[in-house]
Amino acid sequence: MKRGFLEATTMGFARALTRAMLSEQIARQRGLLQSLDPRVRLFGLFLLVLAVTLSRKMTVVAALFALALAIALLSRVRIATLATRVWLVVLAFTGVIAFPAIFVTPGHPVAVLGPLTITEQGLRTAALLILRVEAAVTFTTLLVLCTQWTHVLKALRALRLPKEAITMLAMTHRYVFLLVETASQMFESRRSRTVGLLKPAEQRHMAARTAGVLLSKSVSLSNEVYLAMQSRGFRGDVQVLSDFRLTMWDYCGLLLFLLAGAIAVWMGR
Amino acid sequence: MPPLFELRDVCFNYDDIPALRGLSLAIAQGERVALVGANGSGKSTLLRLLDALCFASQGSVNFDGHPLTAEYLADDQFAFAFRRRVALVFQNPDVQLFNPTVFDEVAFAPLQLQWPKEQVLARVSATLELMGIAHLRDRPPYRLSGGEKKRVALASVLVIDPDVLLLDEPTATLDPRSQSHVIDLIQEWKGSSKTVITATHQLEIVEDIADRVLVLEAGTVAASGTPAEILANHDLLLRANLVHAHRHSHGGVVHSHPHIHSHSKHEH
Repeated sequence: MKRGFLEATTMGFARALTRAMLSEQIARQRGLLQSLDPRVRLFGLFLLVLAVTLSRKMTVVAALFALALAIALLSRVRIATLATRVWLVVLAFTGVIAFPAIFVTPGHPVAVLGPLTITEQGLRTAALLILRVEAAVTFTTLLVLCTQWTHVLKALRALRLPKEAITMLAMTHRYVFLLVETASQMFESRRSRTVGLLKPAEQRHMAARTAGVLLSKSVSLSNEVYLAMQSRGFRGDVQVLSDFRLTMWDYCGLLLFLLAGAIAVWMGR
Repeated sequence: MPPLFELRDVCFNYDDIPALRGLSLAIAQGERVALVGANGSGKSTLLRLLDALCFASQGSVNFDGHPLTAEYLADDQFAFAFRRRVALVFQNPDVQLFNPTVFDEVAFAPLQLQWPKEQVLARVSATLELMGIAHLRDRPPYRLSGGEKKRVALASVLVIDPDVLLLDEPTATLDPRSQSHVIDLIQEWKGSSKTVITATHQLEIVEDIADRVLVLEAGTVAASGTPAEILANHDLLLRANLVHAHRHSHGGVVHSHPHIHSHSKHEH
């Protein structure tokens, strides 16, 4: 049977769950990023994203992209994983945004397509935008791939993000999987009891009803979770353990991140 | 000695639907009590009331001489002391496992009760070993099987060594081996000062987990007695929807009798 938009989206989330599990495997491997304290990883990669964003020169952004590739290889992240999960997706989305710049940016014409003129400056602007987004998203993906989700949360806590925000993030991550699993089971159960094709209007009604049931389930689940937290002593202020320790290797890593970021910002002015 | 829990004429409604209707009971410290009843008889609501997660709309609930009311629970000192002594294991383990890893889950209660860090680490490690789940320490909850989730949920309350354990269908949906592990655990507490109140509709386990059985029917206590007394009262069990009349034939004669479903035994 042909799958509707909602069902296809739900299945997409289910695939994301599988990918999340794969990410944990990468995070447990021995590699450059994995050897650093999660706080250093988080801070350092954030710094490089900032440097990418602030750099105005193509060569500097390209150098940062090359740095991202080198970090990926040293952290045992497969280039094919990055290409399929990041680069192609970013190219598709950013390409749509960058495409008009090829024509509307004033400058030296390099080609004429009917009423439209492609300019050299337009090509440069579009290329810079795409490369910048590719590099920034690659650094962010490296953080996610090479760090267990729990460590990302702990690192955020160590960097003084409010406990409440981190708890919300952790619980969202935890329960989104459960709700997606419930939704896909609901779709499977519906399919098992449906013969033939439904009319589009019936499909829309069915999807709306499923969304409604899922919403009530999630409200009920959140109430239950809150009671379970209260039952174990939660009084509105989450207490967490944070037991990271910085080593000399971490300080070296932090220094290298700082140096790379500072040089990129200075050269890319 | 005054009872640990004392409930008098307790009523509780979910919006307009009554869940408990004029329920009265007393439970002494160290007792092992089974709450049995069909679905919707009020077992889970009663456990929540005993854990002060909801409050009676009428009647009174007392714990160790103190009224369990929203006002009392608003006091941090009383709330911490109460949560330290009373713990509830929810029926659905997914509700209870909201932390990123098994370790964080088990550490949650002692951390909220503001135990020192070293004590938290030591207790969590010991509890993980006790429950045989030390190898799952860094595993996120969505990568656990049903039996593992239940064990982690149990560990997450046992870590604070509570005086009172409230268990909501602890063996439901578990495979036979995991079921017997949970039952063994409850049996180990027999004779200790620990009070264990278990809600279940699995009659076949009550003799193992309780010294007294309370039969709940439509939000009130329909009967109270030893497991042997309750299990022998087939009329009561039939009325409370805990058994059903089973019809079959011997030769050409068709006859019926109460039927208790059991994984471990099949009683005729």
